[in-house]
Amino acid sequence: MLELTVYGIVYGSVIALGAIGLTLIYGILRFGNFAHGDLMAVGAYVALFFVAVALPLLGIPETRFEPLSFGWRMVIAIPLAMAATALLAVVLDRAVYRPLRHRKSSPVMLSMAALGVAFLIRSLIYILWGPDPTRYVEGLLRIPIYLPFDIKVRPDQVVILVLTLLLVMMLYLFLQKTRLGKAMRATADNPDLARISGINTERIALLTWVIGGALAGAAGIFWAIDSQLTPEMGWGFLLPLFAAVILGGIGSPYGALAGGLIIGIVQQVSTAFINPAYKPAVAFALLILILLVRPQGIFGGRS
Amino acid sequence: MELSRVVLGILSGLLVAALVRALAARWWPRARWSVHLSAGLLVGVLAGAWVSQMEGGYLAYLVTFCIMAGIYGVFSLGLNVQWGYTGLFNIGIAGFFALGAYTSALITTRKPPPEVWFYFKQAIGLDQPFLVGLIGAALVCGLVALLLGLLTLRLREDYLAIATIGVAETIRILFNSEEWLANGSQGLIGIPRPLACLIQNPPCAWLPDWAKPLVAGWTARDLDAIYLVIVVLALAALYWAVEQGIRSPWGRVLRAIREDEMATSMAGKNVFGFKLQSLVLGAMIMGIGGGLYAHYMRSISPDVFVPLFGTFIIWAMVMVGGSGNNKGAILGGLIVWGIWIGTTFLTDLISPLLGAISPELPARAPYFRYLLLGALLVLVILLRPQGLLGEEKQVSKL
Amino acid sequence: MPSEVLLDVRDLVKDFGGLRAVNKCSLSVKRGTITGLIGPNGAGKTTLFNLITGFYKPDSGHVFFRGEEITGLPPHRIFHKKLCRTFQIPREFKQMTVLENLMLVPAGQRGENLFCSWFLPRLVRRQEAEIRDKALAVLEFVNLIHLKDEYAANLSGGQKKLLELARTLMADPEMVLLDEPGAGVNPTLMKQLVANIEKLCYERGVTFLLIEHDMDLVMNLCNPVIVMSNGEKLAEGTPQEIQRDERVLEAYLGSQYRAAVRE
Ligand SMILES: Nc1ncnc2c1ncn2[C@@H]1O[C@H](COP(=O)(O)OP(=O)(O)OP(=O)(O)O)[C@@H](O)[C@H]1O
Ligand SMILES: [Mg+2]
Repeated sequence: MLELTVYGIVYGSVIALGAIGLTLIYGILRFGNFAHGDLMAVGAYVALFFVAVALPLLGIPETRFEPLSFGWRMVIAIPLAMAATALLAVVLDRAVYRPLRHRKSSPVMLSMAALGVAFLIRSLIYILWGPDPTRYVEGLLRIPIYLPFDIKVRPDQVVILVLTLLLVMMLYLFLQKTRLGKAMRATADNPDLARISGINTERIALLTWVIGGALAGAAGIFWAIDSQLTPEMGWGFLLPLFAAVILGGIGSPYGALAGGLIIGIVQQVSTAFINPAYKPAVAFALLILILLVRPQGIFGGRS
Repeated sequence: MELSRVVLGILSGLLVAALVRALAARWWPRARWSVHLSAGLLVGVLAGAWVSQMEGGYLAYLVTFCIMAGIYGVFSLGLNVQWGYTGLFNIGIAGFFALGAYTSALITTRKPPPEVWFYFKQAIGLDQPFLVGLIGAALVCGLVALLLGLLTLRLREDYLAIATIGVAETIRILFNSEEWLANGSQGLIGIPRPLACLIQNPPCAWLPDWAKPLVAGWTARDLDAIYLVIVVLALAALYWAVEQGIRSPWGRVLRAIREDEMATSMAGKNVFGFKLQSLVLGAMIMGIGGGLYAHYMRSISPDVFVPLFGTFIIWAMVMVGGSGNNKGAILGGLIVWGIWIGTTFLTDLISPLLGAISPELPARAPYFRYLLLGALLVLVILLRPQGLLGEEKQVSKL
Repeated sequence: MPSEVLLDVRDLVKDFGGLRAVNKCSLSVKRGTITGLIGPNGAGKTTLFNLITGFYKPDSGHVFFRGEEITGLPPHRIFHKKLCRTFQIPREFKQMTVLENLMLVPAGQRGENLFCSWFLPRLVRRQEAEIRDKALAVLEFVNLIHLKDEYAANLSGGQKKLLELARTLMADPEMVLLDEPGAGVNPTLMKQLVANIEKLCYERGVTFLLIEHDMDLVMNLCNPVIVMSNGEKLAEGTPQEIQRDERVLEAYLGSQYRAAVRE
């Protein structure tokens, strides 16, 4: 049980990273980005490209930080893949979402477009990497280490947690200490008010995509390090992502963080009682529960 | 075979006639309606005659194509009620698709005997006729939609979308992992085709004696033609039902809700109630679509009802054909299904090209069709959000 | 003139976050009057309308209409009590024609029941014809008849205001709340609007409560006039009394003064 909780925290931190971006986009650009899960998949697959193709070509040797499953290649690949995902997010905004925004399309229309984009991304992944599940490192024995209370964890998971924490801290500092970050929080909280008080919303929108994309990319990589890559992984993330966002209150990054962790833990712990295949359904049940009890989320936000 | 010729000849004739008439009316608005009609009829008869003379192989292919296009037309119609007229964002169509298919299958099949339970599990099997299956599918889907609507329709509009994904996923997992219910991932087989007894020997007991010689030589292919007629009749009935509702004050309220929920409420309409009705009606239509699919395929398994075939393609159909226009929705079904089927040859075409780039790529050629579909959806949203036909200006005209 | 109180607002309060938009506001409107509601920008007038018509739920306080409590009822229930409103920013149904915008409104349409539209099309059709005639008459009345088949989205700002008024007329209202009916309406249309409101009030006995910033219009059309400031009722009286009232002047000047300082 305790062990499942720890796994839940790891999985939850991946969800939280995605959900933070999603909630910022939701709050600032005011639409549900149904392509967010697939942005996470993009991060994971771009990292695969670097690790398996680009960096070997550049002559970066294959290394491994024992007892972790990855080495220098991954260390280089993570920031590059995050940047690539952010770039893709910005390009998508320019090509698809911004024209719709300027046309004053309804939020549902933007969500629709996101759905189409999600589908485009997924088919590209299918074309470029094929339908089969893959891993960054194949055939590696992942030996767990023992923590107190007889908890088994994989070393990778510890690193993932630490990296997540690092990213969240950076985001926290950015949101709390910089002017741009404060403007962003204000916009996520109340876009109309922000516009009136002279905040450049287009710049904020751009920044939102950069941050949301980069975090999604990181989340996808972290997930894939611990488990595997499949073209459909993005679709599977969608329910827990949205559940986390709604649980935390739309537009609230800290709420999304907490929401992600809660969803992750509940989903993992539930596997002790019911068929693990039902994990997405557990996220859904949780979502329904939130909608019934507190549709504005536990940390306020807009309903 | 002869039956296929007749059915397809008449159908394609009618379809072409309607299309030509509509085009004529648009291009020569001055001419009298009788001119438009006779032009349509003339071309329609020619087209029908041409189709009915086609070679047997093509004919059979065309029949299967039309059946699937018709079934997807039913789904487009259902989605059009929800999205096109009311603005409800349902991206869990696959869930209602699966639910309809499984419900109808469980109602119409017989429960397997205990000897085979080890290989084949099925919780219920009511052995009821086809129509009962379809009605059951509609009712079960309507009930699920009702519960879903009660939960989400009072909240932000996109909560519905997320919840529909959840429903679709849950239903798929349910049928996949609960073996006792409907044989798990293996799925159900032996779902009866309606009127299948016609080609048995001796034919259906209820058939009057004089009709028996007529059906004597019929084969499985004729059964497909009969099923095409059934699908078209179902589509026509549903089209009528939706049109009738949309043209009346009921549809006017739905459209007002789509335009401005709050103002509709201020005009004295119970917005929640109407949204619920729209969601449920759309879901019931989708349930019927699922049932039609199950009885056509005769076997179903959970892996069919993935987002691609169950949800995306239907969205593409409605968006391409024209949301807010029932003719457009059906036309979109025909066109997009045509593109989807037509591009199989495209993948054959590009495979050698892809092989030259990388040896792995040809096997992935089918995914280019996915890409095409996604691109189509995004492009329509960006460039022609009203779709091919778009909404008519005067919708309320009973 | 009967002096029955038609609309009675008692101690209404509404907070938006930290901001109190309506603060223990009490006022009443007598049947058969055209009552003006004025006040500086941000005084809470629109919010008050939204509270009365069920658009928002008040944090505390009560609203009575014809002596019946309507506080917190959903908007469509309040509408059926024959209390209608227009919006400050027109909320027309864009992708519907002007005629359809009006035909939507009447209550008790049989065709709104799906089963009636399937199984009793004759009945529905007959009722549609009646509603259509009524809508055409209303369009004639507000002089929008030439635009009946135009998409509502294509109307000018002033025409949309008229459309809003026309929509309320479709409901045979007992009372209409008008939120800045004159804003953005050109002078010719404006004269027409005023004439329409007076005609409705004196001939059909419709009671009006209207928010307006155009003082000439208020002073000519309305009696009594209620002044709101900072979410409260500040003063009430005949136009002449209001024009002389020190507090009113202060409220308006004060806000202008503050605005000047802010810039
Ligand atoms: N939905 C809302 N959320 C937050 N604040 C609001 C909201 N609606 C109104 N307010 C605030 O409440 C106050 C009162 O606004 P209201 O629109 O009622 O003023 P008003 O008297 O109608 O002004 P105007 O003459 O400009 O129309 C304003 O400060 C406004 O910013
Ligand atoms: Mg106002």
